[in-house]
Amino acid sequence: MSIDKDTVRKVAKLARIALPEERLEPMAEELNDILGWIEQLNEVDVDGVEAMASTVDVSLPLREDVLATNETGGGQPEAVVANAPKTEDHFFVVPKVVE
Amino acid sequence: MSQLTDFTLAQVRDGLKAKEFSAQEVTEAYITAIDGADALNTFIVKTPDIARAQAAASDAKIAKGEGGALEGVPLGIKDLYCTKGTQTTAASKILEGFIPPYDSTVSGKLAADGAVMLGKLNLDEFAMGSSNETSAFGDVISPWRREGSETPLTPGGSSGGSSAAVAAHLCAGATATDTGGSIRQPAAFTGVVGMKPTYGRCSRWGIVAFASSLDQAGPITRDVRDAAIMLKSMAGHDAKDSTSINRPVPDYEAALGQGVKGMKIGVPKEYRVDGMPVEIENLWQQGIDWARAAGAEIVDVSLPLTKYALPVYYIVAPAEASSNLARYDGVKYGMRVDDPDIHVQYAKTRAAGFGPEVQRRILIGTYVLSAGYYDAYYLRAQKVRKKIFDEMMGVLSGVDLLLTPSSPSAAFGLGEKSDDPVAMYLNDIFTVTANLAGLPGISVPAGLDNQGLPLGLQLIGRPFDEETVFRGAQMLEDAAGFTARPTPWWA
Repeated sequence: MSIDKDTVRKVAKLARIALPEERLEPMAEELNDILGWIEQLNEVDVDGVEAMASTVDVSLPLREDVLATNETGGGQPEAVVANAPKTEDHFFVVPKVVE
Repeated sequence: MSQLTDFTLAQVRDGLKAKEFSAQEVTEAYITAIDGADALNTFIVKTPDIARAQAAASDAKIAKGEGGALEGVPLGIKDLYCTKGTQTTAASKILEGFIPPYDSTVSGKLAADGAVMLGKLNLDEFAMGSSNETSAFGDVISPWRREGSETPLTPGGSSGGSSAAVAAHLCAGATATDTGGSIRQPAAFTGVVGMKPTYGRCSRWGIVAFASSLDQAGPITRDVRDAAIMLKSMAGHDAKDSTSINRPVPDYEAALGQGVKGMKIGVPKEYRVDGMPVEIENLWQQGIDWARAAGAEIVDVSLPLTKYALPVYYIVAPAEASSNLARYDGVKYGMRVDDPDIHVQYAKTRAAGFGPEVQRRILIGTYVLSAGYYDAYYLRAQKVRKKIFDEMMGVLSGVDLLLTPSSPSAAFGLGEKSDDPVAMYLNDIFTVTANLAGLPGISVPAGLDNQGLPLGLQLIGRPFDEETVFRGAQMLEDAAGFTARPTPWWA
């Protein structure tokens, strides 16, 4: 499965990275080098093997349904927006997205 | 008083407790050493004011006979750990100026135990790299040089600032993180100890995420005892990290003297790779002889899936990274490139904020997760990961530890591999399996190559059996008697 320029353009769009036109071809080559090396995984027989997403075999713990008061808790809008490039009254400001 | 910086972490701890010197004196000695080592580019941010205030507070506590396990001990913190009120960048332009409103759990635990923070250590951007050349804040230069040469060498990566700072005695110890070898390979390249604990042993909360099923925090230190001391303070369950495991944290330091007599140590034949320098092969044999002489039984083992570990990693890690890094959108924090169209703004912001290697990995990750390729790449990689995990666990049911080299070469020159991603990725060939299987691993400096550069040996253990790993590491350290230091050309 070889990646061409158009695939790179599509993937870059999905990833929300503005790749300049002249970078598409070199990037396709770089990705093909890496993916070509990865193809050796096709040698491995994976029939009937379950996919492993994590080495930790625990079910996700549920927290109590109450407002947390630690660093992740509510009531601290200043801290939440403190690092945002543009804010107004504790809101994140972005360009208009709804006509 | 510059010798204060030559004490190990344990010596600093004990000397402070015995009031042989003060935390402020040690801290001042380190601040001076750091200021004299700008040529190494180890720190992205120095925090001398914080360090001085913390040291003064530690001295007050020590005077009253109080204080934690690391009271007054000056440490460097990898700039992947969020530190309240101090810029945290992951060595990326996209996070320049980000001031976390909270501490990562692990750096918070170190502070709670009395540690002094000297500053934030350089790394590969988002920990993606094996040479510290992808940092937006410049390469870290290894304190080590080849004999008779001034060629700048890599300190390894991604924890290159941590390894270089510890090797150059710019801190008593440093935090690091390991996703595919980022603690152990830099430790091996710089003649220091690097410990990656079991996945789930240290909380990942507040550490900038790269690949969440692989990332694990750990220490880089001058010797094995120091690593045991630091890990005890770093480890432990945290409700804020759902993959953190609730198990008691043993006293690792107490395990050190227990030796390896009667242990079974496996030697996997597949770790003998093409093109590996004969010195590494010899050092490995040396390690086997040391283990046998210390009373361990050496067992030849086979791990035939070893060669597939890196290709699995280069699907799983970028896939997780592409999801994790979706949060950098120029809205909530970090830099923004303005545009009236929000989609263009996202894309421009991310193109300007992420460096080339990070962009490459996000694109690979996005590709292998995209419709039509998910099964062929991502799902297959997860299945091969399961087979690798089963193979490792099978072998570890018959042996206590695995002994391997830490890396397939000594440190290389900056720029020598940066044009060839796959050649760079192969650096992690011996370390990455422990990440895929979630196992603890340590690199211990064991010798020098014929150019005078450090080489490391790695031990891998069973899940949550860091104590056995430390016992083996102490045996290697005692046998190797590694005392070489880089000549301080930078000072």
